[in-house]
Order: sequence, then structure tokens, then C-alpha cells
Amino acid sequence: MGSLLALHDVDARYGQVQALRSLSLTVDEREIVAILGANGAGKTTTLRAISNTVTRTGSLEFAGRSLARRGPEATARLGITHVPEGRGTFAELTVWENLRLGAYVRRGSLKADFARVLEYFPWLDGRRSQQAGTLSGGEQQMLALARAVMRRPRLLLLDEPSLGLAPLIVGEVFRIVRELNEREGVSVLLVEQDARTSLATASRAYVLEVGRVAFEGPSEELASRETLRRSYLGY
Amino acid sequence: MAAVSFTRGRAWSIPSVWIVWAVIAGGCLFLVIGSIESSLFLQQTISGLANGGIYAGLAVALVLIYRATEVINFAQGAIATFTTYVAWQLIAWGLSYWVAFACTLGVAFLGGFALELGAIRPVERRGSQLTVVIASIGLLILIEGAIGRIWGNQVKFMPAPFPARIYHVGGAAFSLQDLGTIGVSIASVVVLWLFFQFTKLGLAMRAAAVRPHAARLVGIRVSWMLSLGWGLAAALGAVAGMLAASSPSVLLQPSMMDGILIYAFAAAVIGGLESAAGAVIGALAIGVTLNLLGSYVSWITPPLLLPAAFVLMLIVLLVKPSGLFGRTRTRRV
Repeated sequence: MGSLLALHDVDARYGQVQALRSLSLTVDEREIVAILGANGAGKTTTLRAISNTVTRTGSLEFAGRSLARRGPEATARLGITHVPEGRGTFAELTVWENLRLGAYVRRGSLKADFARVLEYFPWLDGRRSQQAGTLSGGEQQMLALARAVMRRPRLLLLDEPSLGLAPLIVGEVFRIVRELNEREGVSVLLVEQDARTSLATASRAYVLEVGRVAFEGPSEELASRETLRRSYLGY
Repeated sequence: MAAVSFTRGRAWSIPSVWIVWAVIAGGCLFLVIGSIESSLFLQQTISGLANGGIYAGLAVALVLIYRATEVINFAQGAIATFTTYVAWQLIAWGLSYWVAFACTLGVAFLGGFALELGAIRPVERRGSQLTVVIASIGLLILIEGAIGRIWGNQVKFMPAPFPARIYHVGGAAFSLQDLGTIGVSIASVVVLWLFFQFTKLGLAMRAAAVRPHAARLVGIRVSWMLSLGWGLAAALGAVAGMLAASSPSVLLQPSMMDGILIYAFAAAVIGGLESAAGAVIGALAIGVTLNLLGSYVSWITPPLLLPAAFVLMLIVLLVKPSGLFGRTRTRRV
């Protein structure tokens, strides 16, 4: 037991199409776990199954409580922050409004949290009133992380944070994810195409293939198995 | 699926906004110069603004619901009429006008909230936006029928909230009624704007309206935000209804707001359907334009005023198809 998040035998479907087949997975407290695999393997769907934004069945537990019947809003209230593909940015609203929304389910003053956010993202200070949709892709990804910091989540679900970003910025994003994990004790479940970077960040990884877990294990082990790397991770 | 990073820049290109503001400024200048030249013109402008203020309340109510669900609520006028009858009833029972006014706002808010919960949400869950539109037309018929059933179809007389006093400034005469109507309607829109801009709940409602999926993921109960939106829209509509019923040119009867709803719709479309400020500007423009046309152009008789409003709307849409402050939307396919 002891896992922060435990999925057991989870199936998920989009209409007639089955996207996950009896998937089981765990994330421990203060752990970074990566989900790898090709396009369509079910990586994004796994995160959606957790935040209940896809039809799914099976057992899903977070900190000893069942997620099965919780809607996305209620799941967010438990301390799970899902940063979806496209980063969930409110493009029409300002940077500051986005940050306030990050802390929506929390009570109390935002000042201390904003000060914390600025430690990670000092550039945000001068951009508070900028419309979020006019930020660059990298800045929007940073804003998505900053929003998560405002929330003080226990578990962060990150969907392809490197998508469409320059390598330098990808490095910066992953550095901040590691820092969040170390300093704030946030557990992270990370979905990535970029296997090399995510294996360097995560302590464990799952490799999905057509909705099933094909391999799982510590990152070093996955990275060191030549055949596995070649056929599933593509590097 | 794999979405491109957002290159969604500003929704409209800058020059066209300048043109919109230039046209608005030009219109204002025309009104000011005209009012300095002629006191009759000033008088007609003020009473046009009062009419426009009434349209503005209902237009902003339409925009509130359209922004969140992309649905035009055809029952908005009927809801406003119903709540105006509630106000009339409270006054008939002996409450003073402003106490009745405040109580009616509360009743309207709860009623709008309940309508969304009871009549719209069950339909929306199963059907498309078109189903909701049709449900709103059903509500319109139902509510007007209910008004006739409860209060009868004869015309009622709503007392005026402002003393029937006329002020003379130079050669022009203003009624306190007109000035009060302008003041109350603008104030109610401003209060609503402050709520949306500066409260946590208002921010959550805006977020739920523009990005419902992302809003759920930060923990916002989107469906409650929609119900709240209906409540606020009904309250705003109630203000418009009560002001309209107090104006000497409108009679309190079950179909009171039908015509006003059409003007409000035209105003909302002129403003771009998603912009409350646009709806207010559109409503004031319609109010003033129609009043001036009615008094200066001899062949425009009252039955031609409604078509005139639509001509104004058509001209705006021909020049700027998304309305004055509408966003041209690019959809990812």
C-alpha cells in the first residue's frame, strides 16, 4: 500500500474505441514517474482517467480515497493538478488571473504563494497584466507550472510539457519540475514523447503499448536495456 | 490532437479596433454638437439614451448567457416581464418602490438560477445548443402564459420610481424619469462588471465561460457557474423590466418585453455577442438613433422603428461581420 496514487485494472474508452486495457500503475509520495510510449499508446488517456475527463472503469485510489466517482472538479480539490495538453491556459485572461485560478480551490491569501512562484519564475512579476494567450509557447508552459505551484498540489499530472518547445526551454521546464519535487515534495506523473529527458528526470517509468503496460521499472534499467530502448523509446 | 502551441495572437487586428473607436467617437461628437446647437436634439438624445439603457440591461443579460453557452436565451424578455410583475405585486401589497426593487432582484436571481437547474440543464445534458434554444423558446411561451394566468392579461400600471419632475436647462427639458433610467441601468451594468473583474467568483465564472474544460481541472464547478450566470442575467433583466414598466411609453402586460428583447438582441449582435461593453454601446446607439430618426425623419413612423434597428444592425455587420467588439474565431479542425 503506501502509494499516493494507485490505479488497478483501469479500462478507458472513447466511444467504441478502447484506449486503456486493465492498466495498473502506482506513484509513491515524493516520486517522479514517467509514462512513455508511442502515439496512441494511451499516455494522455491515463492522465485523463485519473482526472476523470474520459469514461473509465476500474479502481483508482489517491491517498486512500477512491477517485472512481469524483468528477474533474472534485479530483482537483483533492490536490491533484492536471496540466493537460495545450497546458490548460486561459488564453483570454491575464497572467495574474491565470495564477489566481490556479489557487481557486484554496482559501487564504495569495501573496505568500505568489512570492513562492516568483522564486521559480522571476520573469512573471513584470508580466502580470499581460494576456496569457500572447505569451510564447515556453512562457505558457512555465505559466502552467506556476499555476500548479499556486495550487500546492500533492500530485502533478503533466502532459507532454516539452511539446513544441526549444531544447533549451525543455531543459528549463524539467529542471523546475525536479525542483518542485525536491523542494515542495510534489509527486509527479509525467507523460512524455521525449524518453531520454524524462528517464533522466523520473525515478521509475512505465512503457505503454496499445493501452497496456508493456514494461515498467526503474529509469536506469529501462535506459540500459538496448532492445527496449530501440523498439519503444526510439533513441 | 497534438496541438500546436498557441499562436492565437490578438483576436482582431489593431487598425479595425481603431476604426470602431473612431466611429463611436464620431457618433458622440455628432450628438454633443447637435445638442449644443439644438435643445430639442438634446432632449431627444437624452430620452434615446434612457431607452437605450433599458435595452442595455437586457442585451448584457443575453451576452452573459451567450458567452457561457453560445445560446441566445429567447426567454430572457419573458423572465424580465415576470419579475416586473413580481415587483408590481410587491408594490401593490404596500412595499415602497425601492424595497420592492431590491426584493425583486433577489427573486429574479433565484428564479433564473432555478430555471437553469430545472429546465435548461436536463435538456443541455442530452441535446445540442439548438435543443437549448428551443427549450428557451418553450420557456418564453410558458412564462408569458403563466403571467396571464396569475395576473391576467389586462394592462397594469407600474408606479414611477422617480418624481415626475422636469428640469429646464437652457431651452431643453429633461424628465427626472429619463435621467434616473439612464443612471440605474448604467449603474447595474457597472456593478456587474466590477463583480466579474474583481471577485474570485466572477473570475471563476469568466474562466468557466471561456474554457470550461480547463476550468474543471482547476476545480471550478462549471455547471454551477452556468446556473449563477442565469441568475445574474435574470436579475439584470429584472432591472431592465422594472425600468421599462415605469417609462410612460411602455405598458406592463405579458408581452411587455417582446419588442424590447428584439432591440436588445440587435444591440448584442452589434456589440459582437460576446462583449458586454459592446452590447451596452450597441444598445445606447440603437436607443438614440431610433429616437432621433423618429423625431427628425418624418416618414419614419413608430412601426418602422423596429426595421430601422435591424438596418442599423445590418450596416454594422456588413462592415464588421463579427460585430463591434466580437472576436473572429479560428477553430482548429
